[in-house]
Amino acid sequence: MTLLELRDLSVTYTTEGGPVPAVRGVSLTVDAGQTLGLAGESGCGKSTIATSILRLLPTSAKVDGQILFQGDDVLTMKWGRLRAVRWAGASIVFQGALHSLNPVQRVGTQIAEPILLHTTAGKDKARERAVELLRQVGLTAARADSYPHELSGGQKQRVMIAMALACSPDLIIADEPTTALDVMIQAQVLNLIGDLVRERGIGMIMISHDLSVLSATCQRLAVMYAGKIVEEGPAHQVFTDARHPYAEALSWAFPIIGDTKSRMRPRGLAGDPPDPADVPSGCSFHPRCAVAQPQCARREMELWPAGDSRLAACVRVLPESEAVA
Amino acid sequence: MTQTVTTDAPPASPRTPRQLAWVRRHAALSRFWREYRKDRRGMAGLIILAVMIAVALTAPLLANSRGLNPIYATAAPNAGPSLSYPLGTDSDGRSVLTLLIWGSRNSLIVGFSATFISILIGALFGVVAGHFGSIRARAGRVTDNVLMRFADWFLVIPFLPLAMVLARTIGPSLGVIIVVIGLTSWAGTARIVRAQALAVETRPYLERARALGAGHWHQMYKHVLPNVMPLLLANTILTVAGTILAESTLSFLGVGDPIRPTWGQMLGSAYNYGVGTGNVVWLLAPGIAIILVVMAFTLVGHALEAVLDPKLRERR
Amino acid sequence: MSDAAPLLRAADVEVRFEGRGRRAAAIAVDGVNLDIAAGEIVALVGESGCGKTTLARTMLGLERPTAGQVSFAGKPLTYRSAAMRVYRRLVQLVLQDPTGSLNPRHTVYEAVAEGVRIHHLDDEEARVAEALSRCGLRPPERFFQRYPHELSGGQRQRVVIAGALVLQPQVLVADEPVASLDASVRGEILSLLLRLRDELGLAALVVTHDLGLAWNIADRLAVMYLGRIVEVGTPEQVFADPRHPYTRALMSVLPESPIDPIVLTGEPPDATRIPAGCRFHPRCPELASGAAAAAGVAEACTGTALPMLPARPATEAADQAQVSCHLADALSETTGRT
Repeated sequence: MTLLELRDLSVTYTTEGGPVPAVRGVSLTVDAGQTLGLAGESGCGKSTIATSILRLLPTSAKVDGQILFQGDDVLTMKWGRLRAVRWAGASIVFQGALHSLNPVQRVGTQIAEPILLHTTAGKDKARERAVELLRQVGLTAARADSYPHELSGGQKQRVMIAMALACSPDLIIADEPTTALDVMIQAQVLNLIGDLVRERGIGMIMISHDLSVLSATCQRLAVMYAGKIVEEGPAHQVFTDARHPYAEALSWAFPIIGDTKSRMRPRGLAGDPPDPADVPSGCSFHPRCAVAQPQCARREMELWPAGDSRLAACVRVLPESEAVA
Repeated sequence: MTQTVTTDAPPASPRTPRQLAWVRRHAALSRFWREYRKDRRGMAGLIILAVMIAVALTAPLLANSRGLNPIYATAAPNAGPSLSYPLGTDSDGRSVLTLLIWGSRNSLIVGFSATFISILIGALFGVVAGHFGSIRARAGRVTDNVLMRFADWFLVIPFLPLAMVLARTIGPSLGVIIVVIGLTSWAGTARIVRAQALAVETRPYLERARALGAGHWHQMYKHVLPNVMPLLLANTILTVAGTILAESTLSFLGVGDPIRPTWGQMLGSAYNYGVGTGNVVWLLAPGIAIILVVMAFTLVGHALEAVLDPKLRERR
Repeated sequence: MSDAAPLLRAADVEVRFEGRGRRAAAIAVDGVNLDIAAGEIVALVGESGCGKTTLARTMLGLERPTAGQVSFAGKPLTYRSAAMRVYRRLVQLVLQDPTGSLNPRHTVYEAVAEGVRIHHLDDEEARVAEALSRCGLRPPERFFQRYPHELSGGQRQRVVIAGALVLQPQVLVADEPVASLDASVRGEILSLLLRLRDELGLAALVVTHDLGLAWNIADRLAVMYLGRIVEVGTPEQVFADPRHPYTRALMSVLPESPIDPIVLTGEPPDATRIPAGCRFHPRCPELASGAAAAAGVAEACTGTALPMLPARPATEAADQAQVSCHLADALSETTGRT
């Protein structure tokens, strides 16, 4: 059953300097029990996608396309149904747990909040459930009475996960859940997420700039650049054998330890991720691409087939006949 | 290889770094002015201030200073407004308008001077205390404590009794007022500046300066002070408002110079000698003037804070 | 490399932060020997709270050790202000956050020239231009009047490195130099560090929790846990054959690791409550599984403190990795390794 389907989603923010297209025609599907990784760097639009799924964008943002959650379009849902979807249908583990937790409320209260809002449970039952959730994410019941500043980074992230699970959603969107965490804590949190998703058959979208993490935890991986998806396919394959030059360059930043190719040979991309307000024409990656051809500046890219259930928005994956515009 | 900045190319004619710096400063100022213009209340305050200051500066042109000397007063005392005396006369027969115009000079001079002393001492204490207070060594914390306890002492001195005592021992004058206000208001500025300095000290570029080998003076002068300036500027404007009010109070109570008129002194005289007689404008005019100028400074100060703050945030 | 005289050396360094009131003292660095030879890039890896940043700052002279000493070219640091000024021209710092490291009110020129002015060096403009050039910002004049907020993250970090370079140091201490940068840009900054080593002979101490970075550019790698270095060696040695259980666990959770994942439970205890015996024993999977008991060292793990690792091993075992672990010692005795 298709849990979530994004159809040609476009989001444009209105700013003082004019309209800024953050997302430009993205289509994705996530089935129940499936994990999809969404990779990209600052300004590529991945966080915008996360917030748009629950219709949490500012009112000044222009949204086109469809976001079908369990068949219903989130963008045109009635308020009542939207409220029900928010948190009980799909929930978000936000980026930077530092700022997503209310510093003056105890952690247990914050986890109980969505429970109180979405179910008929009273305060005591909600509290019980919050404690149970804390246990499930590996924290002791005593932690329910702690304030956020008393917890470490890893513990705060677990609290965010507990909150996301509070209403037993069918879809979880994890936005950079392990950025800024140490390697071991990251492993703990990823294990936890993996176990929970498997046990409950939840669908998950994990957003990160760390391709190695996504390749290890997700089944499928989509790489975004300048508001568009540039490559999509089985996670491990996209990581180790990317077809799009940008996806390849992104994978260099996460060298495989023990691989002599990357020993003493750090590789990066010149230039910087483009400003969403000023995206290059044609293939938006062409100014930084080492194998760019003249047509890349003019020709609009599409996601062409690049192997078994793989897609890439690069002319190099096209057969000879179509390769030249 | 490496990408160079893709913003506008530098102008074709070769310019020295100094010229470029001036161009940038000019651009920054015009940006600032455009932002400030959007704040209507700030603009209103600025216009009022401009008028006041213009009046104070051109006082000799607007009203003959002889009009201040009671000897030359020929008009009837306590007369109401008339054609030749638009605001009437005081109990000595002097034109209230002349007094008001010359009074603006003295009031503003006192206000600015007292503020200058207050801000100078306050900023100095604040920056030094804030800087040394963030050094982990004991010596730093001790310095901070000593400076702040000293400031606390001044924070609690009641300015009225102090003014009275000084007026009695030294003799009443505008100088006394300036000293008193300066001494009793610098501590408040020091606290605010210190708090901001402590915040600035935590920023990585201070650590970088230390790693580069910067001494205390360099850190305070090149890094802490510039980043404390916007706050200080807004605080200064608001302090002027406060000092003018304070000056009015002291003059009203007779601590000021009985010869050189200020608005407060006019209020005092009007209160003592004019109430119940013919010229109620003598009481109203300085009062309204004080209110207007304090309000104008406050509006400008708040507008400044509003404009400078988001700028800082946006720059980061 | 192991017979080159060490340029920067930390000997028996301990850094203790006294607790205030009833709080216990935090021993951030609890006895460390570390050497950096000329032209060598050493990666200091460990998780947050392990003391690596404190150790780096101590070697930079920004922090005074409560025991032990830091010396440069054989001469210990005296911490007198004149001596420290000279030292600043020899060892420089690059911080993690390039945005915070630059005063938003200073132009790029002023930021890089700051070091020159503090030390009253001549030819300011030439020095600034050269430093910016070396860091890949060409032509340098185009960047002089820019402000940090007009540059990208990668460019800002280059400016910070140029600011350090302008004093012509021999050692660069970089604290997470690429952690705040976009992933696709990291490689460029790391390449820059390698290039500076090749062109200028610049040595570096890179503090990071990113093992991939160490694989990319480090000649030697030191793993820290709770204030002590627990394993030292070349990345090839440490990654291929991690002998300390902590290092093994770290390696095992990396992607594509040949070792089965060992996910440690809990978090490192804080520096105010360092466990007795081997400081890692409460979380050690070898102790928990009984492997330590089988080798007969279980009591040592919980009771006997381990000695500090020397900065370099004794000459016969010059190229061997070193590890500070009772079990590893016991095992290597039986297999005849040193």
